[in-house]
Amino acid sequence: MVREASGLLASYRVLDLTDEAGWFCGRLLGDLGADVVKVEPPGGDPGRWRGPFYRDEPHPERSLPWLAYNANKRGITLALESPRGRELFARLVARADFVVESYPPGFLEDLGVGYPQLREHNPRLVWVSVTPFGRTGPRSRWRGPDLVVMAASGLLHLVGSPDGPPLRVSLPQAPLWGSLYAAAGALVAHVYRQRTGRGQLVDVSAQASLLSALANAPAYCSLFGKDLRRAGNHMVGRNVHGARVRAVYRCRDGYINFILYSGEAGRHSNAALVRWMEECGALPETLRGRDWEAFDVVTATQEEIDELEQAIAAFLAERTKAEFTEEALRRGILGYPVADPRDIREDPQLEARGFWEPVYHPGLEATLHYPRGFARFSNGAAGIRRPAPRVGEHNVEVYGELGLSPEDVERLRAEGVV
Amino acid sequence: MTLPLEGVRVVEFAAYAAGPMVGKYLANFGATVVHVESRTRPDGLRTNYPPFKDNRPDPDAAGWFAFCNDTKYSVTLNLKHPRARPVAERLVRWADVLIENYAPGVMARLGLGYEAVRAHNPRIVYLSSCNMGQTGPRAAQKGFGSQLTSQAGFTHLTGDPKDEPMLLFGPYIDFVAVGFGLVAVLAGLDYSRRTGRGVYIDLSQYEAGVHFVLPAVLDYEANGRILQRAGNRSPHAAPHGVYPCRGEDRWCAIAVEEDAQWQALCRVAGHPEWAADPRFDTATARKQHEEELDALVEGWTRQQEAGQLAEALQAAGVPAAPVQRTSELFADPQLRHRDTWRQLAHPVLGSFHYLAPPFSLSESPARVSRSPLVGEHNNWFYREVLELSEEEVEELEAEGVLR
Repeated sequence: MVREASGLLASYRVLDLTDEAGWFCGRLLGDLGADVVKVEPPGGDPGRWRGPFYRDEPHPERSLPWLAYNANKRGITLALESPRGRELFARLVARADFVVESYPPGFLEDLGVGYPQLREHNPRLVWVSVTPFGRTGPRSRWRGPDLVVMAASGLLHLVGSPDGPPLRVSLPQAPLWGSLYAAAGALVAHVYRQRTGRGQLVDVSAQASLLSALANAPAYCSLFGKDLRRAGNHMVGRNVHGARVRAVYRCRDGYINFILYSGEAGRHSNAALVRWMEECGALPETLRGRDWEAFDVVTATQEEIDELEQAIAAFLAERTKAEFTEEALRRGILGYPVADPRDIREDPQLEARGFWEPVYHPGLEATLHYPRGFARFSNGAAGIRRPAPRVGEHNVEVYGELGLSPEDVERLRAEGVV
Repeated sequence: MTLPLEGVRVVEFAAYAAGPMVGKYLANFGATVVHVESRTRPDGLRTNYPPFKDNRPDPDAAGWFAFCNDTKYSVTLNLKHPRARPVAERLVRWADVLIENYAPGVMARLGLGYEAVRAHNPRIVYLSSCNMGQTGPRAAQKGFGSQLTSQAGFTHLTGDPKDEPMLLFGPYIDFVAVGFGLVAVLAGLDYSRRTGRGVYIDLSQYEAGVHFVLPAVLDYEANGRILQRAGNRSPHAAPHGVYPCRGEDRWCAIAVEEDAQWQALCRVAGHPEWAADPRFDTATARKQHEEELDALVEGWTRQQEAGQLAEALQAAGVPAAPVQRTSELFADPQLRHRDTWRQLAHPVLGSFHYLAPPFSLSESPARVSRSPLVGEHNNWFYREVLELSEEEVEELEAEGVLR
């Protein structure tokens, strides 16, 4: 399946030389309509060996993370180590609007094909470097797979039980954060180029990209000089007495996220849940007859919070995720199920919005469903136009655009350049 | 020096984090960003979320609001007042970008839905960011970001496999959505400038979040597997985890992804015999004997200081980092090098750590100035920017429209 490019960025070309640390940047620009060409070493990106695999068969065309984050790209192979490869790369760069790469700092410069060298051919070029820690500085050479960046970002320290180890999400997140802000940085530089005619270098740090996810922890630390402590599945830092507020409750078929909140919406939500409990005869005597609309979790004591939460836990333990979701919607209770991948894939809300779009994969002879785009645009639709490329799938097409014939490409293949 | 977004005018009818942080980053690169709020109903981050200076809740003493709203102007406008509409219309005519993150339908009820705004300003880039998207049977399902994070799969995927799922500390998904919103607005701005046409962006924070767990959803579709949380373990790498170090609650993250890195770790540990042990000599072997492996590594790390250990491992090519506390981030040498934290004076908060954007541009450094007090810029904005007359402003103030 290949659809015509439409979208806000349909007139732009992107060269994508990233590994896992930057895949998603090109994917986002591709979702917005840009022509993204993934440049892989001959044999393919080593990230193609990242599991899980389609039908659990390890194969470079079957890696699910690879497929997820490289859709909407064309794919070519190119050996940057060879002089002929570097020459072809420079020609590709001369025609590109953006280069996105995630090599260790200095690697491409040492080959003679870094930003300082190639901007000479294309002063309008926007060059985006996405690395774990940034291109310069004392830790710029540090290696940074997901867990390491999560630890360095401070988020890890805030996640997990107070008496257990800090925890990460069981799927890599740091590369996605770096990639997301790489796309944003690319576009800020692009807007600058549109008004000045000048390109520039965008230096993205995955570590720094994660800092906003620390929510109010840095502000807390800045004002009080103290660290918030991780609290498992409780919220901390939301109460002036330092009380904890539970967020995850066990239910009949999994878990539910409900949190006592303050503010108008929060107080209404607290009261609506209590009303539901009362209707079901599940509100203990001691909690009856109070004005729950006035209960303020910012100023309540830990005892008051615990007493109410205990009753809520007993109540929710007898409900299912679906039951809670339905009643929460009906009654204006703030909360959601703790969804697993199946819940997400089968969610009627996503179905109704046409979120999952079928994409046929000729290589797999199968159809998989992908998000139709990360947002809905009133014009210039974002969306998925093609599955991730097979290794070298578009060599003839893309090198053809440089004026090379299929025979030339065949010769380059024999020489090991593509 | 021209800032990339200089001259770009942004109006925010937005509160909490998911909307305002988009505006913050636009402001950091030169946009003029006006945060519209009302004393009758201040931004929730000003009133409901600690930390507050000296623990005293007050709209101008709210630390998290400050963190999400640097470099902006604050004006107050009571949108529920019947006479607010003409002022709001002038605002949207002035703006190039509108950011809102109310529940679906609220903006339309205020007379500020996309169709109405477009009638006044056909070139506007209009971002609606809400939990579930503007449409669908659960569009009205409410919850804060710390809850929506669970709906998008993150909570299920965090924690020990034998234990309850863990919260990702705060409204993680809000900040995921901020990045997507920023990308969408910037692309929209370029589009609007090239074509003269505006664009409406319906961003569902839930859908944005699903992109961050997409391989797990594909795994379910392709293989029928429901991926479970796995602590800090990796399916392909070992040792892979956080290892206790000297001191209380001190840890070092170590992620050995290649055999050569394992051999290097053994050298740093002064235990070359570990590298020769057939239980650990390949990734597959290390995964098979992971409990023993972790015990071995842990026995060594317990004697080490986390920061020095990470330095030594990285110097040998082994991916590692200390598990940093928030307070340590302010002194992190790499973040300092990047000028990530900007300590600025705020009239109520005192010296406060603001956050610069995570990407730096070689020609266009980001600017960060302190967050505004409630309505701090009413005078300047209404008189000099929207060019309301003195009489108009006085009348609107007297009637409580500009509260």
